Amino acid sequence: MSPALPVGDPAPEDGALPPSAAVGAEERALALYLHVPFCRVRCGYCDFTTYTAEELGGTGSGSSRAGYAATAVREVEMSGRVLAAAGLPARPVSTVFVGGGTPTLLPPGDLLRMLEAVRDVHGLAPGAEVTTEANPDSVTPGSLAELAAGGVTRVSFGMQSAVPHVLATLDRTHDPARVPDVVRWAREAGLQVSLDLIYGAPGESRDDWRRSVEAALACRPDHVSAYALVVEAGTKMAGQVRRGELAPPDPDDLAAKYEDADALLGAAGMAWYEVSNWAARPDARCRHNLSYWRADDWWGVGPGAHSHVGGVRWWNVKHPGAYSARLERGASPAHGREVLDDDARLVERVLLGVRLAEGLPVTALPPEGRAQVAGVVADGLVEPGPGGTPPGRVVLTARGRLLADGVVRRLLGW
Amino acid sequence: MSAPARSDAAHGGIEPASTAPALLRNFSIIAHIDHGKSTLADRMLQITGVVDERAMRAQYLDRMDIERERGITIKSQAVRMPWTVDGRAHALNMIDTPGHVDFTYEVSRSLAACEGAVLLVDASQGIEAQTLANLYLAMEGDLEIIPVLNKIDLPAAQPERYAEEIAGLVGCDPADVLRVSGKTGEGVPELLDRIVQRVPAPVGDPDAPARAMIFDSVYDTYRGVVTYVRVVDGHLDPRQRIAMMSTRATHELLEIGVSSPEPTPSKGLGVGEVGYLITGVKDVRQSRVGDTVTDAVKPAKDDLGGYRDPRPMVFSGLFPLDGSDYPVLRDALDKLKLNDAALVYEPETSVALGFGFRCGFLGLLHLEIVRERLEREFDLDLISTAPSVVYEVRMDDGAVVSVTNPSEFPEGKVGEVREPVVKATVLAPSDYIGAVMELCQSRRGEMLGMDYLSPERVELRYQLPLAEIVFDFFDQLKSKTKGYASLDYEPAGDQAADLVKVDVLLQGEKVDAFSAIVHKDKAYPYGTMMAGRLQKLIPRQQFEVPVQAAIGARVIARETVRAIRKDVLSKCYGGDITRKRKLLEKQKEGKKRMKMVGRVEVPQEAFIAALTADAAESKDGAKK
Repeated sequence: MSPALPVGDPAPEDGALPPSAAVGAEERALALYLHVPFCRVRCGYCDFTTYTAEELGGTGSGSSRAGYAATAVREVEMSGRVLAAAGLPARPVSTVFVGGGTPTLLPPGDLLRMLEAVRDVHGLAPGAEVTTEANPDSVTPGSLAELAAGGVTRVSFGMQSAVPHVLATLDRTHDPARVPDVVRWAREAGLQVSLDLIYGAPGESRDDWRRSVEAALACRPDHVSAYALVVEAGTKMAGQVRRGELAPPDPDDLAAKYEDADALLGAAGMAWYEVSNWAARPDARCRHNLSYWRADDWWGVGPGAHSHVGGVRWWNVKHPGAYSARLERGASPAHGREVLDDDARLVERVLLGVRLAEGLPVTALPPEGRAQVAGVVADGLVEPGPGGTPPGRVVLTARGRLLADGVVRRLLGW
Repeated sequence: MSAPARSDAAHGGIEPASTAPALLRNFSIIAHIDHGKSTLADRMLQITGVVDERAMRAQYLDRMDIERERGITIKSQAVRMPWTVDGRAHALNMIDTPGHVDFTYEVSRSLAACEGAVLLVDASQGIEAQTLANLYLAMEGDLEIIPVLNKIDLPAAQPERYAEEIAGLVGCDPADVLRVSGKTGEGVPELLDRIVQRVPAPVGDPDAPARAMIFDSVYDTYRGVVTYVRVVDGHLDPRQRIAMMSTRATHELLEIGVSSPEPTPSKGLGVGEVGYLITGVKDVRQSRVGDTVTDAVKPAKDDLGGYRDPRPMVFSGLFPLDGSDYPVLRDALDKLKLNDAALVYEPETSVALGFGFRCGFLGLLHLEIVRERLEREFDLDLISTAPSVVYEVRMDDGAVVSVTNPSEFPEGKVGEVREPVVKATVLAPSDYIGAVMELCQSRRGEMLGMDYLSPERVELRYQLPLAEIVFDFFDQLKSKTKGYASLDYEPAGDQAADLVKVDVLLQGEKVDAFSAIVHKDKAYPYGTMMAGRLQKLIPRQQFEVPVQAAIGARVIARETVRAIRKDVLSKCYGGDITRKRKLLEKQKEGKKRMKMVGRVEVPQEAFIAALTADAAESKDGAKK
């Protein structure tokens, strides 16, 4: 049962937030994440909260695919009550992201029903970004059109790789040849398109990876995310690595592949705006994603989903059965929470902000970190200011992006 | 004919302080560690009625746990036992001797307190090198040697064969070699008889100023230092004021007595007698083995001779694994010092290992024993640096520097480096002559001679640098001879040698704990080995780290720890920022345990792994 949830304080039964969560809320956007915890098959590397039909067995209607939308809607409704009760102002939601699992395993009507609830409870801001994740083999031209008609603006396909043996290692079942088709369908439906890629799967060569990036670029996506494969404890892949059946990812190979991706994407006119994300135009950046890095407010709906409102982080129970049971009796599905103190907020601001191409103002650093700026610039990890002057913002170089965690430790004066 | 002298009547004439020297017999048992000395001593205590069977703790004389577990005696003691021969009660003093090469001086003092020695040899194994060395010591001291084969009850015993070997060494008839079993008691009464008959009674001047030799000195938590002495001339009395002749320090006798085997106060000790003194001093340095005790008011003119300051031969840095244990280590050493006159130490700071102590020992076993006692009795986890000997470095400008720590090796123009050498004796089955010679030669040994003790067993004599012995010589010897060879050595001066200091550098910064003084021919192998080992152990940094071995400014080996290329989590799991922050905080905690060498962060475990790889490797080698 992973990913392991963090260790925190117990969350109150009614999910009530402390008054501190409301401080400064007028300045912050509100985002909403909708988790869909279902997959047709579980991929060997995946440790997200997701269940196949067989795994769920008969744990009650609320945890089944058919009943899920209704359950999630209850939490959306609860989000409106809890935020209002804590004194937060009513804010229309600026971005919605439907992730999973495989959201498109649910009928489009279910997804739209949840979106409708968001609209009813919070309202959607003008020009709101509404994304759904999708598997290339679980969409049709018709389903995509239906989503677009219902208010979805953007679709993110889990392409992962264009190379059959890599897809097989990742337990991905879609036919890579289908990807250009689904991208075309999405575009025809008026949706923006993002492609997700994974590099570093055991057995993937540098050429395999470059082929995947090139195949993605050939679809002319608006946005690409490229994530290094992480072998998470407790996954099927972790067992295969432990038993020696699969080679663990090699950090040097991952670094080289990151550089490959950055070069190929850059040459195609895409620019990085976050360590693992590239956009074809500034307005193609995933605003929902940026909310995470900018420490905006977001409410995560669904089993295992994480939320953050004004320095309070919480996370829901993981199992869909427990999740729906709590909501059915009117309780908050939150399992644990932490209220960030000033130190933790500073650490998070640095570790999140540094990952963005817009960077972090040097003034946001603690004094002992500010003293390190010249050093990280000299080491080629952070861009110098114009004409070699000290930078006003911390913006990582390509090398710095690969060593971001070390840079963050230095900038925190650790 | 012979019997334990249990009744008071039978004790007639052998009370402490008033026993005629003619009725005293002082003897030691010379034996290899596992040849059954303690079992035989126990049996003697039982047969003479000093300890009854129920009160008998196995191996009564070995008091310390470590001794009991390792089956070796570190500190000697003396026990007085009555034994009647031909109707005459005698008092036998059995003086225990430490059984290891590091304690040759202590052995020599124990032997000097005796007129006779029982040479005890395992009838299934034959004599071992250390036993031989101690036998020679006893023979040089004109002690009466009583050869005995032990463990004759064992099926593997070959008494005829080893009786021949011993007879050849001692110069007696094989038929004169007694055969006993400490385990069953067979032959032990005959051995006690033989001691009375053969060992000369002590001789001394009862009217001369008191002179007694200290052969052991033990710290006891409750009583302070207990000093074991053999009276040579005169008489020691309760409440007497005594003087130590080497230091001229005077003390009042708070208690005087004999061990039988529990300490029993007596009216004093007369000529030839062996017993203990308590003066209230708290440190064995004030009551040193080999020193002469005399009367403070009417002192003797000359001491008994043979006193020597304990001289540390092997030095090693001891560091607590957990830096906060440093005060515990300091207190523990202070305590051990009370009972160990040979242990010396001073604070040392190491870049790699933090705060600790540079400690001097008599030898490798002494080091091991001290380290083990520190870990066991004081619950410390320690790391010790590679043992080093004392080098004398003569500079071109005439200055002479004594170097006990490689990191103190002088920089400037070195004229000559002298290193201590030892005379080593190896006893081995003749099948292994080639293997032993090869090993000794590879360790810069110079052959002094070779003798066959029997057609199957050979004594090889070599002069060897002590530094070569303290490395892993003994382990190698055991491994190359399937455990059959035994080793003994004694200091034999020093020699000039082509020695250099090899430093290990991380990004140009010296890592003190890895500096070593080695022979020129071994500098390159040492340098490449250590650089290679560290290269594997040091985690990759944000920059490339050269790992070099160098003699002065000349680099002789180089490895590179490549710069880390990726140190970033590519994804935050569905907004699980908490997890990411905690991961980062864990890395911060990890950094606190890092040692900084210049800009290079090295986990202490890496240094420790590099330092202890030798021990692990040589142990693996020994297992093969």
